[in-house]
Amino acid sequence: MRLQAVDLKLGYGDRVVVDGLDLGIEAGTVTAVIGPNGCGKSTLLRAMGRLLKPSGGEVLLDGKRIDRMPSREVARILGVLPQSPSAPEGLTVADLVSRGRHPHQTWYRQWSSDDESAVGAALAMTGLLDLGDRPLDELSGGQRQRAWISMALAQGTDLLLLDEPTTFLDLAHQIEVLELVRRLHGELGRTVVMVLHDLNLAARYADRLVAMRDGRVVAAGPPSEVLTEALLAEVFELDAKIIEDPVAGTPLVVPIATRSHAPR
Amino acid sequence: MINALSVPRAAPPGTVRRIHRRRLLVLGGLLALLASAVTLSLAFGAKPIPPADVWHALIGPTGTENDIIVRSLRIPRTAIGVMAGIALGVAGALMQGHTRNPLADPGLLGVTQGAAFAMVLSIVVLGVGSPYGYIWFGLAGALVASAGVFALGMAGGRGGPTPVTLALAGTAVSAFLYGLTSALVLLDEQAMDTFRFWQLGSIAARGADVAWQVLPFVAVGLIVALVNAPGLNALSLGEDVARALGQNVALTRAVGIAAITLLSGASVAVCGALAFVGLIVPHLTRPLSGPDHRWLLPYSGLAGASALLLADVIGRVVAHPGELEVGVVLALAGAPFFIALVRRRRPVRL
Repeated sequence: MRLQAVDLKLGYGDRVVVDGLDLGIEAGTVTAVIGPNGCGKSTLLRAMGRLLKPSGGEVLLDGKRIDRMPSREVARILGVLPQSPSAPEGLTVADLVSRGRHPHQTWYRQWSSDDESAVGAALAMTGLLDLGDRPLDELSGGQRQRAWISMALAQGTDLLLLDEPTTFLDLAHQIEVLELVRRLHGELGRTVVMVLHDLNLAARYADRLVAMRDGRVVAAGPPSEVLTEALLAEVFELDAKIIEDPVAGTPLVVPIATRSHAPR
Repeated sequence: MINALSVPRAAPPGTVRRIHRRRLLVLGGLLALLASAVTLSLAFGAKPIPPADVWHALIGPTGTENDIIVRSLRIPRTAIGVMAGIALGVAGALMQGHTRNPLADPGLLGVTQGAAFAMVLSIVVLGVGSPYGYIWFGLAGALVASAGVFALGMAGGRGGPTPVTLALAGTAVSAFLYGLTSALVLLDEQAMDTFRFWQLGSIAARGADVAWQVLPFVAVGLIVALVNAPGLNALSLGEDVARALGQNVALTRAVGIAAITLLSGASVAVCGALAFVGLIVPHLTRPLSGPDHRWLLPYSGLAGASALLLADVIGRVVAHPGELEVGVVLALAGAPFFIALVRRRRPVRL
């Protein structure tokens, strides 16, 4: 187990978002966390990436408590890409990706040949070699998201947490980003955990789904086992038909109607 | 599979090196600019001194009138101008970087009003009469006010102060101290006179001993600022990304604020409130450096020193044989300049 949440309790101030959650992430898997708005999936991802301090329980990285490890050491094992990050104006793609090398640098040794090759490889992997000199602001949404993933890649961690990497992207760019995630897993053997909204894309691109509601895990497992009509009713209050995705053979959700219009 | 990462497929050849060379060239240009400003500052004044005599005074003074003017008046004045300009330029760039606010100014931390209040208090209550005495009070006031703002800004939430809580705390503390200072100077005529001149901002009539007094503060402040630069680069991608990159956000902020306090505190205590240097200079140097604080900070320091010295020289020339305080020149030149900057294009997003 690479990354593990044990009896995790999370919240902001007095508001409890997640209470007593257990979850394990196996090495070499792609996991998608799904669930309705406000179910705590982003909060969970932030806590597993030690961006949020748990109010109870613990997160274990390779069996060690993540909050007791030096932050720099964690940053060499675990990369986190938060939701809709923003960069200062004028920052070029190559500059952004080089900043992924931060945990490998000290203030007296800023740039090494390792850094150079990691950045080159990350740019190549995300297909951004030709755009290295371009300011981030000039890129399309999909290219910009690839640049951020490229930064996380240059960090050289074999665990990657992505918080809604496809938000605000049109369908083609969503596919572009998820194809990249698939290659990170397939070609580089990265372990990826991502929060996704689109159930059909989650089923297609993840080996494992984690369905959450009200701060707890309702079901976890392969998409074919998790994505059932009963689960959609329970987690999303959605009546839907599940058919087979004619392209990928994974479950495909065809929504019918919401179960209740009254807010719970 | 992992090998794919160590074999860059046609990495951009020498891009990093090319950018590096360009940045060194800009650094050289800014150094040359500062050298010219220093020369002008040594040569111009109530009595113009030919460059040959300046040189004579620098390398082998024989006690001529010009030697004395250069060595006892112009060198300390120029040295103080260089230090204050570097300090304000670097502090301004740090402040804008930490708050991600292009309109942030080092004064946001309450250092200016802190220094003013402490100096006036020392004059009214303790009867301190000489600049040598109240500079120390000014410095202490700047440090205490900044620490207070930091503590107040931190009280709001966990995990260190945020740019917003800092700005709010800074504004509140500054307004409070300004009120106290205004009340004090009404009570004491001598304090009023001193305060009025200090408030204008000047680098004249401060001896070499004053220059030596502030040197350690500026030097330490600069080292702390440069150490802070890589962390600030990570922070400029947002707190979450910085944390994900292994940066301790609260510590980075605290170190940055310490540097800003030392630098702007030293400058404000010695020279008074010099408007616009910390605010404008980073906007001039950012297009040259890009959003990389490892270069933006040195560029802003050099440009800040040049701007301050040139403004001071202009003040000596336009009002000849009298002088216009450098603070007045900066305000008169800086305000239109700033308006032009805002009008030319929208403020840069940090």
